Amino acid sequence: MNPPRSALAGVARVFVYGSAVLLSLFILIPIYLMTLAAFSSNEDTYDYPKELLPRGLSTETMSFFINFGGVLDALQRSVIVALVTLVVALVIGTPAGYALARFAFRGGDTLRLSVVGTRAFPIVILSIPLAVIFIRWGIDDTVLGVSIAHTALALPFVVLTTASVFAGVSPELEEAAMTLGCSRATAFVKVALPLALPGLAASAIFVFIVSWNEVFAASLLTLRHRTLPAEVLALLEGAPPNFRFAGGFFLMAPSVIVILLIRRYLFSMWGRVLK
Amino acid sequence: MTSVAEDVPLGRTARRWEVLPYGLILPTVAYLSLFFAWPMVQAFQLAFREGGAWTIEPFRMMVNDANFEDAFKFTMLLVVVIVPLQFVLALAMALLINSKLHGRGVFLAIFIMPLAISDLAAGLVWQSILTERGYLNTFLEAIGVIDQPYIWLDPTKPNQLLMAVVVAELWRSTAFVMVIFLAGLQGIPHEYGEAAEVFGAGFFRRVRTVILPLLKPSLQVALLFRIIFAFEAFAVVIAITGRAKTTLATEAWRWQADYFNSHVAAAYSALILVLSLVSAGIVVWLLRTPREQMLQ
Amino acid sequence: MRKEGTVRSIRHTRKAFIGFAATLALVAVAMLGGAGSASASHRAAGNVVFLSNQLAQVSEIDAVHKYLLNGFPGSVDYVVPPVGQGQVWFDRITAEAKASKGTVSLLGGLHGDYLTIQQNLMSLNDVAKQLAKAGIPPDLMKLGRLGTNKQLYIPWMQATYIMVANKQALKYLPKGANIQALTYAQLLQWAKNMKNQTGQARFGMPVGTNGLINRFLQGYLVPSFSGGVVTTFRSQGAISGWNYMKQLWQYTHPQSLSYNFMQDPLLSGEVWVAWDHVARLGTALKTHGSDFVAFPAPKGPKGRGYMPVLAGLAIPKTAPNPSGAKQLIKWMNSVPVQARTLGSVGFFPVVGSRLSKRLGVGLLSMNAAVKNTQRAKDALKSLLPIGLGAEGGNFNKVYVDTFTRIVVRGEDPKSVVNNEAPILQAIMDKTGAKCWAPDPASKGPCHVK
Repeated sequence: MNPPRSALAGVARVFVYGSAVLLSLFILIPIYLMTLAAFSSNEDTYDYPKELLPRGLSTETMSFFINFGGVLDALQRSVIVALVTLVVALVIGTPAGYALARFAFRGGDTLRLSVVGTRAFPIVILSIPLAVIFIRWGIDDTVLGVSIAHTALALPFVVLTTASVFAGVSPELEEAAMTLGCSRATAFVKVALPLALPGLAASAIFVFIVSWNEVFAASLLTLRHRTLPAEVLALLEGAPPNFRFAGGFFLMAPSVIVILLIRRYLFSMWGRVLK
Repeated sequence: MTSVAEDVPLGRTARRWEVLPYGLILPTVAYLSLFFAWPMVQAFQLAFREGGAWTIEPFRMMVNDANFEDAFKFTMLLVVVIVPLQFVLALAMALLINSKLHGRGVFLAIFIMPLAISDLAAGLVWQSILTERGYLNTFLEAIGVIDQPYIWLDPTKPNQLLMAVVVAELWRSTAFVMVIFLAGLQGIPHEYGEAAEVFGAGFFRRVRTVILPLLKPSLQVALLFRIIFAFEAFAVVIAITGRAKTTLATEAWRWQADYFNSHVAAAYSALILVLSLVSAGIVVWLLRTPREQMLQ
Repeated sequence: MRKEGTVRSIRHTRKAFIGFAATLALVAVAMLGGAGSASASHRAAGNVVFLSNQLAQVSEIDAVHKYLLNGFPGSVDYVVPPVGQGQVWFDRITAEAKASKGTVSLLGGLHGDYLTIQQNLMSLNDVAKQLAKAGIPPDLMKLGRLGTNKQLYIPWMQATYIMVANKQALKYLPKGANIQALTYAQLLQWAKNMKNQTGQARFGMPVGTNGLINRFLQGYLVPSFSGGVVTTFRSQGAISGWNYMKQLWQYTHPQSLSYNFMQDPLLSGEVWVAWDHVARLGTALKTHGSDFVAFPAPKGPKGRGYMPVLAGLAIPKTAPNPSGAKQLIKWMNSVPVQARTLGSVGFFPVVGSRLSKRLGVGLLSMNAAVKNTQRAKDALKSLLPIGLGAEGGNFNKVYVDTFTRIVVRGEDPKSVVNNEAPILQAIMDKTGAKCWAPDPASKGPCHVK
């Protein structure tokens, strides 16, 4: 009765695996090439044909880069900024996402659009007014200032992503908890929040990435206390390819680590927790 | 149509509950108003005022500019080509990860890696892959497909150039959409899919009738952000095409940074904002989630 | 089963939140620690924040610290804008001026950059008087007044634009051509030979988004063919120049539209012959000097047009440490520091002209090319725009748009220049800028004939 179906299932399986592998290759190869170039020396960097295999690797470029004044300090600052932004954006934005998902209140859609709209205006144009505000308030050229700016940039992600995930969590569960005697807040923390963890994880990833990679506002708002992208990219103008890739690699490595750490929370508690 | 708030008994509790949503969104609204509203108002003013007088001169300059038409067309082309392709790809990737595939933890790790890479770095990598004396040609020559380097990034072949930008953008930003879909998929109990399967629904049928409707909120969010980013497409286009192709965001930047004309830059920004909001509005309307759907 | 899952999930969530709280505590401690670190040094000149958009390449920054700032009696924070974000330099100063509170004490930039922010610059008449004796040529000093009677920037370094060829390309030179004295016709033939005989266009131009094509058009192409830059914009000479460019483009590498620094394609071999700013060819000449030869740009019907570049130092009105900044200016212009500029950063000094033999083959070749340019009998100096203020960018746009329309999109030269000329005239009228070399001096705003 079943053989035809399982044969089809077998073919489907191969197809699925094959696609997954092809996609993985598509994604990995450029990253591999970037890493390769970052660890090549000044001599090899302009060679053609390009070296495709890890022969003749050298850490000369990376070590020059790391020891170049200010890079490690900038790294530390970027980490601090990203973490602060992460916490503040999640704390401010998650309740808003919850409200959008749970309550049909007036202005819900308008709010959604306006929140998204703040991201639709190119930050390049907002630069001067923003910098003037920061200088006047004395938070210019500080980690705090950059964090504040990054939180504003990251909030829309948090609000909308958590809203979409809370929308998928059945309100009956919270209601059940409340009829059993929990307050609304407790029901939220103990029932809704854990089930929405994937949404929080996704938001956390986005916030970190947005803050970590953000270069324009960070460069404008800082002079001596640069964050990493601002510092790195300042160094790359006209630099040979191996330097630019060393910079790219250096920028990429920490955020890859953070993403890999957070990714397991992308899976929900419906019995499919990823170990 | 019932909402949770309406289920609450009347009285003091009801009043408090009506205030609750506003209280929850207040910090966000206050924060964003403080940091975006004022600069945006000022920037908007720039688009409509020049030398103290209200005028549409900046808009007139923008529209008559030699590069406006190209920028507008290419931007729209990017939005129309990239967004659908990316959604299909992201959905496929998310479904893949969500299935009972062996080793899907590894696949997930790989699929989300591009998120860690800034658009500048992504543009850099793809430029060095596609440039005449770059990685792709090295590989093709090594396996004998070509015997002298081929110019992939040839401005005289606009469709080829477009494909290059599309591939680079798909590589860079599909992970973003995929993560949103994945988080959304987690909220869909797998019993629904299993039930459908018991009733004889094949894979694609299940996707269409069970998963997609329940994924609407995620689709909406992903689409909103993706469209807005598409209108702001910038770094990758510049890295790969240089001056050969321009976008609305590139022109906004040039008018501000190279020509020091904040007025026309603000006009371009206003246009980007309007196009983004109109598209966003359409998306929100088309993918409106009736409240019933949430109260399963 | 479900219950267990929920318990596990709560513990999971709790763990996650505890993790975050711990990190937050760590962050708070780190921030407090970081905030406490002192920045000011108590040496003679104090601390100077030096924001420069010149010498912003990695090797140059390194050289600035090692050879130029080393020994200065004060602490200097040398800050550069990030790649492709030169706007940050301008935005920063404008924002500090608007807020009436500054962090930057010294600026490093080009003549054209200072035009756009000249209202924010402090008068440096005292420094100018002191340095006049040091040997800075008076015509350079005059440029630093930006058309006013105040010294707004002090000349710091010079540069110009030259051409560089890979030695492999030399065999394709047309017969009888002397590379140190080419004509544009010979250049065209050279580019044609390379493409026809190797199958690939090997001539390249920096037409990328950060490329300096505008300076080529203003300082080299238009003057060499028409004898002027603004007045002759729609003259027959200019039109023949644009027609020439159209032809040359057929033998130019297609990726030129994304080249910003010609040293990269020269070193990778995509391009064999290129034109660019000396600083953007420096790496090729320094690291592979024996593979390349530098030479002056070609000569056209009206002469060998070239454009000298001047970088200067200025002090914003909001500078917190103007006296320290002035000391730094004098330091950077002192003879020993100036002597080190060419070898370390590839820019030419404004003071003194002793050149060390230790410069290496490539830099010596570059120096020779520059000297040949300046001393050529048919040299036609085309100055940087004067008096354009914030319209400098729009001025560039006219030329680049003309190029894009005629050369890239294939529009008819005559109708394009007639279309763009009124825009150019509007800029002249709006700023009241008088004509500058090679155009003959004018009484009122420069007029496009």
